[in-house]
Amino acid sequence: MVYLTRKAEFSASHYYHNPDFTPEENRRIFGKCNNPNGHGHNYTLEVTVKGEVDPRSGFVVDLKQLKEVMHREVLDAMDHRFLNKEVPEFLHQIPTTENLAIAIWQRLVSKLEHAKLHRVRVYETTDLFVDYYGEA
Amino acid sequence: MKAHLSRRYLFSASHRLHSAAMSEKENQSTYGKCNNPYGHGHNYIVEVTVSGPVDEKTGMVCNLTDLDGFMEREVLSRYGHENLNAMEEFAKEVPTTENLCIQIYEIVHRGFHFAHLERVRLEETMMNSFEYAGESQALS
Repeated sequence: MVYLTRKAEFSASHYYHNPDFTPEENRRIFGKCNNPNGHGHNYTLEVTVKGEVDPRSGFVVDLKQLKEVMHREVLDAMDHRFLNKEVPEFLHQIPTTENLAIAIWQRLVSKLEHAKLHRVRVYETTDLFVDYYGEA
Repeated sequence: MKAHLSRRYLFSASHRLHSAAMSEKENQSTYGKCNNPYGHGHNYIVEVTVSGPVDEKTGMVCNLTDLDGFMEREVLSRYGHENLNAMEEFAKEVPTTENLCIQIYEIVHRGFHFAHLERVRLEETMMNSFEYAGESQALS
């Protein structure tokens, strides 16, 4: 089994707010992230797939296909967007880095040919990142 | 939905690698420059990984405020700008980055209960790092 990781970057804005919480609870739990006008990050996405090396091509996965799927399913939908307002998953769910990693996994998992999705890692900053491995 | 969250923190400390169980000559050959008597320092980066179900109400594995507060209080203010050799946990143990990594793991494991501790990774320089996930755990 060989693991292959492809990186991509996208920039987006978001804010954290749960309509079931009072304004005070929202501010206490989410702090500055609760500012309703939002704020932004340069996200780095790392997608890791795994598989056996194909004896004919020497590839685990067709990198071109992986790149295209990442562009179509993730970057086209999220790059330079306000996640809360423009990405369907986050109309009713808080766009934390945790939920972002899960949403990206769900967007990719059924679209990959041959290789199996192993891990989605999303860096919100260089000092904060989330890994999602699917539901074991 | 279980996710892993990792956070990186920086602190600076000094140490000298020297074992009382070894002769001067052995110490010098084992630790090289790290055995210099006055010690030297590093900018350490500690990377903590915790895991747990993503809370449906907050979208979080744990609130970063709790993790940041704990790490500041129990790890960064404890080790930041200190001489590790002078600390009680290193009175009998050599303050290698391996041993410091284990110490930090134990502090977080004992005291932080808002999420499950998966591992502690400690970078001594950009070129070397150490990871510890508890005695019985292999790293994934």
